[in-house]
Amino acid sequence: MIIEHSRIVRVQGDIIAVPATGINYGELATVKSRSGVSMAQVIRLRGGEVYLQVFAGSRGVSTGDTVRFLGHPMQVAFGDALLGRIFNGSGEPIDKGPHLKSLPRMDIGGPSVNPVMRVIPRGFIETRVPMVDVFNPLVESQKLPIFAAAGEPYNELLARIGMRANADVVILGGIGLKYDEYLKFRIAFEEAGVLSRTIMFVHTASDPVVERLLVPDMALSVAEQFGVQGRRVLVLLTDMTAFADAMKEIAISMDQVPSNLGYPGSLYSDLASRYEKAVDFEGAGSITILAVTSMPGDDVTHPVPDNTGYITEGQFYLRKGVIEPFGSLSRLKQLVIGKVTRDDHGYIMNSMIRLFARSREVEQKLAMGFDKTADDERYLKYGRLFYDRFMDLRVDLGLNDALDLGWKTLAECFRPDEVEIKQEFIDKFWPA
Amino acid sequence: MNGPTRGSVVAVNGPLVTCEVDEGREVLQNEVAFVMCGDVPLKSEVIRIRGRQIDLQVFESTAGLKVGDTAEFSGELLSATLGPGMMGMIYDGLQNPLNELINDQGFFLRRGQYLPALNAEKLWDFEPIAKAGTQVRAGHYLGRVMEGIFPHPIMVPLRLLDTWEVVEIKPEGQYTVDDTIAVLRSVGSQAQQEIAVTLKQEWPVKMPMRRYEERLLPDTQLLTQCRLIDIFFPMAEGGTACIPGPFGAGKTVLQQIISRYAETDIVIIVACGERAGEVVETIREFPELEDPKTGKSLMDRTVIICNTSSMPVAAREASIYTGVTLGEYYRQLGLKVLVLADSTSRWAQALRESSARMEEIPGEEAFPAYLESRIAAVYERAGKVRLYNEETGSLTMIGTVSPAGGNFEEPVTQNTLKVVGAFHGLSRTRSDQRRYPAIDPLMSWSLYLSQMTESLNTRHEKWVELVQEAHDIIFKGSEIHQMMLVVGEEGIGLDDLVVYLKSEIIDAVCLQQDSFDNVDQATSRERQISDFMLLMDMLHHPFQFDSKEQAKGQMVHIQNLFFQLKYSPFREEAYNRYRSEIEAILEGKGASHS
Repeated sequence: MIIEHSRIVRVQGDIIAVPATGINYGELATVKSRSGVSMAQVIRLRGGEVYLQVFAGSRGVSTGDTVRFLGHPMQVAFGDALLGRIFNGSGEPIDKGPHLKSLPRMDIGGPSVNPVMRVIPRGFIETRVPMVDVFNPLVESQKLPIFAAAGEPYNELLARIGMRANADVVILGGIGLKYDEYLKFRIAFEEAGVLSRTIMFVHTASDPVVERLLVPDMALSVAEQFGVQGRRVLVLLTDMTAFADAMKEIAISMDQVPSNLGYPGSLYSDLASRYEKAVDFEGAGSITILAVTSMPGDDVTHPVPDNTGYITEGQFYLRKGVIEPFGSLSRLKQLVIGKVTRDDHGYIMNSMIRLFARSREVEQKLAMGFDKTADDERYLKYGRLFYDRFMDLRVDLGLNDALDLGWKTLAECFRPDEVEIKQEFIDKFWPA
Repeated sequence: MNGPTRGSVVAVNGPLVTCEVDEGREVLQNEVAFVMCGDVPLKSEVIRIRGRQIDLQVFESTAGLKVGDTAEFSGELLSATLGPGMMGMIYDGLQNPLNELINDQGFFLRRGQYLPALNAEKLWDFEPIAKAGTQVRAGHYLGRVMEGIFPHPIMVPLRLLDTWEVVEIKPEGQYTVDDTIAVLRSVGSQAQQEIAVTLKQEWPVKMPMRRYEERLLPDTQLLTQCRLIDIFFPMAEGGTACIPGPFGAGKTVLQQIISRYAETDIVIIVACGERAGEVVETIREFPELEDPKTGKSLMDRTVIICNTSSMPVAAREASIYTGVTLGEYYRQLGLKVLVLADSTSRWAQALRESSARMEEIPGEEAFPAYLESRIAAVYERAGKVRLYNEETGSLTMIGTVSPAGGNFEEPVTQNTLKVVGAFHGLSRTRSDQRRYPAIDPLMSWSLYLSQMTESLNTRHEKWVELVQEAHDIIFKGSEIHQMMLVVGEEGIGLDDLVVYLKSEIIDAVCLQQDSFDNVDQATSRERQISDFMLLMDMLHHPFQFDSKEQAKGQMVHIQNLFFQLKYSPFREEAYNRYRSEIEAILEGKGASHS
């Protein structure tokens, strides 16, 4: 049933209100104004008034414009025909390909997966980035953000991992993406020959702000359908801080009481309902999410990275062009380390990090002008080797080679009784 | 006016739905109502009454609701169903069995499906205890069924007030949870009333269950097998603790370890607004793991209440209450219960979300002003009690807190610290150094260390004193370390260096515990005593060193021996070998390491 109304009684931010009855909460509508036709969604019912958020923004909306209610919530097309295609923030193709009107459509932002239908993830995803593979391995169905300040090469890292990851379908959700960055992703995927397994939903920085809110839901709804069919899907989202900022804007327009730096109190739940779509289905496929969260002011206690950190299964910190060994964490690593990977993996990982922390301390001490002891010299040497052999993002090394290099590095700098590793592994792996 | 109260929806704002009832109809605060979305009933709870306008928080997505839809009020408070058959179950925040939802729901949780919490078909072997004619009160045992390894007493319904007389009790036999097993008649002046008792009963989740003789002071240790907790910041049966920590500091792993190895009869895990993946690990692994105490699967002593972060927010608020209510019920049965709530911050945020939607005046960080009293009310439901039959039962509660930005000054952490008996604060510094569990010994505390002195000293006559001595060395070591960062190693004396090295040994081999190593992940009471006393011998040993280099060499050697010792199975060959090597050094026979 399609109902039309032509009296807008309130415009505030990108929210409009019309008097109407019989409207469903969450329903979609179109708003026809002099600047064109835009989609809008019902976000509040109050007595006889219906509040809608207008995707293209309220600029140019007049009180006499027409609102048509469509009787269904936001939907997205679904099918294999989506592979290789590029869409904008409201789900329209922008790649000049054929239209997809004949495809089945489904509601976005569906219910959550029953926890008992999940299985414990066991798939190790080798990225050939030692800081990831050795110290914080990526596990299938994991949700991991990359925390980075502006200017860090996070999109490059995302593209690099996206291209190499062993997945059936890669879905890119660009939120407030610079046009150049979008082109870089497209070129990178084209060159790697993976475009045919890729679907892109791209909202660029100049698109209307409300459309940002739809990108993660569309990308993840499509991913979910592929996952249920048994495909292994990798979803790349960049940048989730832009998504949170759009939510803040809507919440403030709705007169909601802000909780922290203006963000709505529901920020945690709103982010979680997206990230929690990462799943390993029992007897079907999986969804892995790798998302960029830019940190305003390089501050991890900012509400967006802070809430994200509590939701995701670890995080990578990208600082000065390298993945920080401290703070970066893959919570699911224990599921694969020493089980799917080599049995010395866990010991090497812990020992190398502990010693690297010591070497940083020595650096700080020397920076304060203290004398250098013989021990200090060894720690410094270790720190240099660690940076060159492991941290540098240009290093391209498989996991087992990286582990062997780890033992070699330890033996070059320390005695076996200094590394705190179980004797049986020292006996087995310590280079003679 | 008869029949259930009905209302009509006038506003929808996320999970907050306002409806209007007819003038003069009765509505109960915290009553359950169902809002009809087409033919799908959406469970909700009354959270505010203003004249004819009733605010409901809906436990499901409200998409598709319309102004004018009907709401039906049930007249009942939000309640948990209690009885045999809860053990090993995985419930959502409203006590729907998630395992049974699989059959018709596929991978996803569709809204508006409510199933009975207990299996209605299963037959239980009932054995009567009470005789007809005896006078009983709420909480008295009428009979029992065997649930797994536990005898599960069947009680006089806990909601009953005053004294009742047993009119009839059914003979030994098989009954379902809905069958009548006894009939009670009220005693007293009022009109005589008869009620039928079944194996199951209901209890409103937000009401504390106080059907016992008295509350006791928690003075016995609850062993978690985590050395840092058991030795330095011990937990008591019936006590409360708070584990705050920034993300990535290891709260969840610590909780999982405690849920596995804590020496209690029942563990109730409330996964409140946290990751589904973590619950999955528990769901999938517990059935495979053996409970060392009973030899059965760990799942047989575990109940999981699971409202993960993507499940509806309003049900998240209910999940903690549901978990505590189940815990109180098992305590009534004379069992030792541990409730692990992960995380209470998500619960507080759920309060904040509904408070904001109701446009209440916000308190600190937009949390509602009643946050403090709500937190206190939940933790106060823990405790050790003497029941009517002289047995004791206990409910221990450990809640994790996820402070925004890892800053412990925020309201949830601070309000929790006011009401708990132990504080196991996780620090980013320690987790960055991979010193797990990252409980910071410099800021954590436990009131139970002094409260339980008498029972702790059964470990060793001077146990508490020795623990405090070791703790002091940790403090001192940290001060010396700070000094070394400023003046360098050459700036401190040899004695100070030795104290620092000793504190590092305590840290490495006692405080740090590897949750992923089969030997180190859990330390028995006996081993804790044995290894700690050896460590104390080392601390007391009057080492004589000529130079700092020699001191460092020798102490690194000792540390490595202790380190290998902690990874060796207790009292087996390798353990004995490393132990005698350490003892030889402490007796002065060991070859000095150069």
